[in-house]
Amino acid sequence: MKLLHRRDLVCRQAVELVTGYLEGSLSGRDRRRFEAHLAGCPHCTEYLAQMRETIRLTGRLEPEDLTPQMREEFTDLYRRWRSEQQ
Amino acid sequence: MDPDSELLLRLRSGDERAFVSLVERYHEPMLRLAASFVPSAVAEEVVQDTWLAVLRGLESFEGRSSLKTWLFRILVNRARSTGSKEQRTVPVADPEPAVDPSRFGGDGGWADPPEHWIEAAESRMEAGKLADRIRAWIGELPARQREVVLLRDVEGMSSEEVCAVLALTEGNQRVLLHRGRSRLRQLFEDEFREVR
Repeated sequence: MKLLHRRDLVCRQAVELVTGYLEGSLSGRDRRRFEAHLAGCPHCTEYLAQMRETIRLTGRLEPEDLTPQMREEFTDLYRRWRSEQQ
Repeated sequence: MDPDSELLLRLRSGDERAFVSLVERYHEPMLRLAASFVPSAVAEEVVQDTWLAVLRGLESFEGRSSLKTWLFRILVNRARSTGSKEQRTVPVADPEPAVDPSRFGGDGGWADPPEHWIEAAESRMEAGKLADRIRAWIGELPARQREVVLLRDVEGMSSEEVCAVLALTEGNQRVLLHRGRSRLRQLFEDEFREVR
């Protein structure tokens, strides 16, 4: 077991840095500490992979289709607006 | 040209199908966002009003922001002026850990480490059986976290755009994003722990 330095992160702290890390907003020092922690911690590496996957899956949501009735209503709205323009 | 600028040109030239595609693309995301500011019965109205305002504003839209940012800004301004359903001055600084503290030991290391779920989630997503769950989870996030997650992660907007739409500082945007994403990650883990 390696000695814990005062500047070393523990897991509880590392998980709070994940978003800053992904956003590129950590200071150089925090980024290095975070990366050093990950290099020795499979659980936090897994945690980071899960946060990336959470973002990826959320980004795959597609808007639900409009109902035919709504399409018609919006077409009407557009036509009314156009006729007011003339 | 990005799809939105092409749509904008067609809209200005009076192409009604362009308007319907714009509604097709943004109506439901707008409803979800509006529902975080006002009761859902009112959200429908706010979004309708937004579409009218969009039509009226088309000529004067200068394209200094993306069409998407502009649409969501109109929406958020209308939703805000319609009235909030809750006290919205919840301080962002309230501590809210990303992970339940009981999962760490006294030394701050994992005592109950994250369980693996990535492949299981992928295959359920592929099968079309996860999207509705994720939507429901997002819907249950605290309002401010939900707004940021919807715009950043579902709509894919940049942090600058999200700050502009929601009138947030970069720092607060990041805190809200962090909490929202952390909660969602936990919900994925819970979901796939149950099926074993």
